[in-house]
Amino acid sequence: MTSITYGGNTYPLDKHQSVLDCLVGHGAPVPFSCRSGVCQTCLMRAVRGVPPEDSQRGLKDSLKLQNYFLACVCHPTDDLEAALPQEVVCSLPATVTALEPLNGEIMHVSLECHAPLEYRAGQFINLFRDPTLGRSYSLASVPGHDEHLHLHVRRLPQGRVSGWIHEELRAGQTVEIRGPSGDCFYVPGRPEQEMVLIGTGSGLAPLYGILRDALRRGHSGPIRLFHGSRNRAGLYLTGELRELARNHSNFEYVPCVSGEEPAPGLEGGRAHEIAFREIGDFKDKRLFLCGHPEMVSAAKKRAFLAGAAMKDIYADPFNVNAAP
Amino acid sequence: MTEKKLADWWNESHASLYEKLGGEAAVNAAVDIFYRKVLADPRINRFFEGVDMEKQAAKQKAFLTMAFGGPHNYTGMDMRRGHAHLVKQGLNDSHFDAVMEHLGATMKELNVPDELIAQAAAIAESTRNDVLGR
Repeated sequence: MTSITYGGNTYPLDKHQSVLDCLVGHGAPVPFSCRSGVCQTCLMRAVRGVPPEDSQRGLKDSLKLQNYFLACVCHPTDDLEAALPQEVVCSLPATVTALEPLNGEIMHVSLECHAPLEYRAGQFINLFRDPTLGRSYSLASVPGHDEHLHLHVRRLPQGRVSGWIHEELRAGQTVEIRGPSGDCFYVPGRPEQEMVLIGTGSGLAPLYGILRDALRRGHSGPIRLFHGSRNRAGLYLTGELRELARNHSNFEYVPCVSGEEPAPGLEGGRAHEIAFREIGDFKDKRLFLCGHPEMVSAAKKRAFLAGAAMKDIYADPFNVNAAP
Repeated sequence: MTEKKLADWWNESHASLYEKLGGEAAVNAAVDIFYRKVLADPRINRFFEGVDMEKQAAKQKAFLTMAFGGPHNYTGMDMRRGHAHLVKQGLNDSHFDAVMEHLGATMKELNVPDELIAQAAAIAESTRNDVLGR
């Protein structure tokens, strides 16, 4: 008999019974609504075992790859251990191997995990200053290519974690990290599809990872990266990105400044405005949006209205933690 | 009539609207078109301000599945609960009509025959009083 493990308990699954019915029947607190595999309220993730394909219908490719499934239409043939999306985080120590400023406000942090961390470029981890104080930072590194984890940490005014990273953290120190999380990453397949990457500020971090991941995996379609900042001093990795553009004819880098006259080689205006001006039709394009939450949400809507399919829009809004 | 043919005849003549339209594939084809129309409509898009687009797209898919007569477990009570906050914001018949219009236009765009559009519209129409909390 197949069994389902959740929250430390293992339940036998009756014939024809869905994972949701089984868990709810035993009083497990799993949210649900339509019970028909449509509304995605009962989204869960298999942390052990592989969910049947049928239980992943309609999910984004990046969620499918991480073994997410819909509990209400899940009839597994093998044992599964499941968790709610927010419960799947492992915690592990990592040692800081390097800290280098990328510009006046963004610090490159390189971390060596004490145990292998399986992740995808563009996902994020939580980095903890102490056991109760942590913040999310996107991964700019590419697994299998970069030896360590790379973060781009922007210093926020009164930022209790970012300020600490900028001022007090030193190479050699060990911190606790949790993760990875997030579904904004490159999914192999359709290598000829056009890709548009739009980011502001340290929103470049996940995009830098996603971009290099896509190029390494042989993405052949045109890839355009629009990175924006108020002024030139806020742009970074410009040399690296220009070199990538020289070495890959399908990649175009468009640095944008919105608060000052653009110098040669820069576009004047907000990154997403420039992207939408240059690209009228988003049909069949894959889109990655990272950075300021308002920009991400506005651009997501605009791209969808301009023809992008919902499943082709990947977004990572940088919500600034409101906690003091 | 052989047993096999009898079964075919039964299935064909009793296929649900959902199956006639193409099942889940039809819903998948319709959801982005429909949701794009809804979001672009100034009569109703204020009700979608600030909502998570992805979660809302899943809800739109659930709505279309129901309108197409597909598997769903929504009850009138769920419909009331799910829309109560919008009724407070002024959701009324004119907004419901706008959504119905987009449902019809979406199916027309997908070349669905008129009689099937009418069937789907009738299913959606049957939720009107619950959605509007009457």
